[in-house]
Amino acid sequence: MSRPIVIKNASLYGDTTASLLIEDGVITAVGDVETPDDAVVVEADGLVALPGLVDLHTHLREPGREDAETIETGSRAAARGGWTAVHAMANTNPVADTAGVVEQVYSRGQEIGLCDVFPVGAVTVGLKGEHLSEMGAMASSKARVRLFSDDGVCVYDPVIMRRALEYVKTFDGAVVQHAQDLRLTEGAQMHEGEVSAELGLAGWPAVAEESIVARDALLAEHVGSRVHVQHLSTAGSVEIVRWAKDRAIQVTAEATPHHLLLTDESARTYDPLFKVNPPLRTQADVDALRQAVADGTIDIIATDHAPHASEDKDCEWASASFGMLGLETALGVIQKVLVDTGACTWRDVARLMSEAPARIGQVDDRHGRPLAEGEPANITLVDPNAAWTVEADQLASRARNTPYGGIELPGRAVATFLRGVPTHVDPTLEGAFA
Amino acid sequence: MTGTIMGAADVSRALTRIAHEIVERNDGAADVVLMGIPSRGLPLAHRLAQRIAEIEPGFDAEAATGALDITMYRDDLFKNPTRTIGTTTVPAVGIDDAVVVLVDDVFHTGRTIRAALDAIRDLGRPRAVQLATLVDRGHRELPIRADFVGKNIPTARSERVDVRVEEIDGEDAVVLRKGE
Amino acid sequence: MRHLLSTKDLTKSDAILILDTAAQMAATQEREVRKLPTLRGKTVVNLFFEDSTRTRISFEAAAKRLSADVINFSAKGSSVSKGESLKDTALTLQAMGADAVVVRHWASGAAYQLAHGGWLHGSVLNAGDGTHQHPTQSLLDAFTIRKHLVTSPLGADLNGLTVAIVGDVLHSRVARSNVHLLHTLGAKVVLVAPATLVPVGIDPWPCDVVHTLDEAIESYDIDALMMLRVQRERMTGGGSAFFPSPAEYTRIYGLDGDRLRRLPDHAIVMHPGPMNRGLEISAEAADSPRSVIVEQVANGVAVRMAALYLLLAGEEAAQ
Ligand SMILES: [Zn+2]
Repeated sequence: MSRPIVIKNASLYGDTTASLLIEDGVITAVGDVETPDDAVVVEADGLVALPGLVDLHTHLREPGREDAETIETGSRAAARGGWTAVHAMANTNPVADTAGVVEQVYSRGQEIGLCDVFPVGAVTVGLKGEHLSEMGAMASSKARVRLFSDDGVCVYDPVIMRRALEYVKTFDGAVVQHAQDLRLTEGAQMHEGEVSAELGLAGWPAVAEESIVARDALLAEHVGSRVHVQHLSTAGSVEIVRWAKDRAIQVTAEATPHHLLLTDESARTYDPLFKVNPPLRTQADVDALRQAVADGTIDIIATDHAPHASEDKDCEWASASFGMLGLETALGVIQKVLVDTGACTWRDVARLMSEAPARIGQVDDRHGRPLAEGEPANITLVDPNAAWTVEADQLASRARNTPYGGIELPGRAVATFLRGVPTHVDPTLEGAFA
Repeated sequence: MTGTIMGAADVSRALTRIAHEIVERNDGAADVVLMGIPSRGLPLAHRLAQRIAEIEPGFDAEAATGALDITMYRDDLFKNPTRTIGTTTVPAVGIDDAVVVLVDDVFHTGRTIRAALDAIRDLGRPRAVQLATLVDRGHRELPIRADFVGKNIPTARSERVDVRVEEIDGEDAVVLRKGE
Repeated sequence: MRHLLSTKDLTKSDAILILDTAAQMAATQEREVRKLPTLRGKTVVNLFFEDSTRTRISFEAAAKRLSADVINFSAKGSSVSKGESLKDTALTLQAMGADAVVVRHWASGAAYQLAHGGWLHGSVLNAGDGTHQHPTQSLLDAFTIRKHLVTSPLGADLNGLTVAIVGDVLHSRVARSNVHLLHTLGAKVVLVAPATLVPVGIDPWPCDVVHTLDEAIESYDIDALMMLRVQRERMTGGGSAFFPSPAEYTRIYGLDGDRLRRLPDHAIVMHPGPMNRGLEISAEAADSPRSVIVEQVANGVAVRMAALYLLLAGEEAAQ
């Protein structure tokens, strides 16, 4: 039996001050709780308590690229960032397109125990876009896969996309789409606009994303299925999703912290740390995305945490891999761009980064639960006044490709609890657990 | 001793004397060409040429005067702020087999003249090279001497000699300043 | 000047200083002894990740005429097959004591990365990076234009002149460099290209854009006409081609004798080379007395001498 934990005087959802009693992995009392004699007491004055964060879009690179990240290092990064669950994308080597691979990933996550790792299955065999993978087997496996994505590549063939949307209805799953017209983005390096014109980097037009988002919304409507659009990056995509939701199409959408903060101007440094898929867009797109998050058009924040080995980033822009780290910086970036600007409250953050992603991922029986008596103790404590400067060398991730090096973020997760077990404790709180 | 060492009249007298010396030394001015080292050596070269033409009516002052920019031959290029490269103009009569009189305002360490000799060598093959300078302030660092000197001015290394010429500075004067 | 990476970084006075210095360098190249001792003891590395014999030779001649030691370094690798990394190469050059690195690279931004990566102490001179910039090419173009079309060139800008640049602007580092430089020097720039070869996002560029060569000739008093090299593969890429056929390109954008005669009498014809005769330029136009294409090559050496001089002289004082 582990010691009970009392989180004293936290601000629940940033709204009401209350204490939480955690016993045996469950929240057993909320409010003015009695402190048991042997309890660990976490003084949480000034800290915001949120349900443990759930990332719907994480690349853990294991199996295949353990030099960039492993399930263990990625789980540690997740815990430090305040996440209690992550959804691991299928573009590993071997690809997560069989029950065997997804079970292995799921089990490894449980073994490590720093966060729940929910594998996302591939839509097509080998992510090749040609044949549907055995989604049913993955769904009924121990990993209980409900989301399917070829992320990294788009499910481009409209017939395959239609079949996938229809097929996942069998087990009430959803297709998670990386919206990218492959023909329009051959060789593309960055957002196509004024900056790409000047820098001489091949352009990635907004329409390459928007046309697929529109097509998939219409397909989802036609077959009556659920589609989740990953990393929305353009104002046009926002308009299309808004339109689709007005028509009651079952579409959900995510935005990443980097698309809410950074713009294509970053490419002027030619530093591949800013090379990402989809590319960083213009300030007008950033503004539209923020607005869409605030008004609910965009359902969730997801990191698209994409670790890369240094040789894949320490090179020419055109040779570099797409992607950037995100797990450890997401909360700080979201506070900076949404909370501190008044666009969202911490209550909204709980919805955007925990409740809604848990629901879309169909893990809402365990994650994204209310901070209430009888619920699993998956809790993130945020210190909104603990400003910190991001240093790539200090991150838990094995990779170093953060675009935020040297940037100050206003706050961070100071403690993370997975079913009552502290998976991350900031040095400022370590005393309580001594 | 600091302050104005030479006034306009002194400068004029010195140039006239140098012009006579050049003609005398070279048994006339038939083979003489003058090459002024920019910036202030150049107007001085033109003035010397005028004076020589007054002494030797056959001397074509215009055709026998040129400019010799020595920037690209300096040995201290990398230690100083980047210098703008000036124009080099070979006298119209050419310098091969001529007596080239280099004209500079201040003769100091000798490094400028060393660079000028290198520059001349790339332009042609004169019969002889001579040096005329308005001021010789000493402190030679190379075994080079002047043939014609307007005025010898003993100086301390830390002092500065400023030559001012009408064409560039609006007045003729030589001023000695304390070093900073 | 620490590096020469993009013409966008140059002020008008920087540009004129380079052109004036190039004029002095050009004057020295008419002498019997063309070699100057200026950069004795300095090491210039020609680092070429992309084959370009003419550009390399031009830089090599420029460095050698200034008495610098020249090391030619050809690095393998392309966007498809990754070779030695830029970083490792830079560290090698640093170990060799390179005072200046002349870099030609297939990747846009490679020169910028080399200059700002913290791997190298020397100056970086961009000799063409991907489809981004080729500053010495545009400087030699400006030098050539000034020499032919400005009455007393020394110290002058290109105010009042109109330069038309014809061809594949989208993939052209020459066009990108020239638009900024010629504008900075006061010239009017007109780009002539099919819309498929004009970058999206061109609006802020300080130039006009028209879509046929005839329209350009009719609507502007062109003083200098610059023909860009056309990559044949851009037209024969099947479904990805930017243009239906070479024949159609020649019909609409090619400079032939007829179009040449419709230009003002004083107008000059330029080409960065190598030319596709019969495609973007006819033999008649290329070989006409108004063509300054061969002279551009000679001016290239003078401009590169000027750039090397201005980057390397004074470098210790600047540190
Ligand atoms: Zn993706």
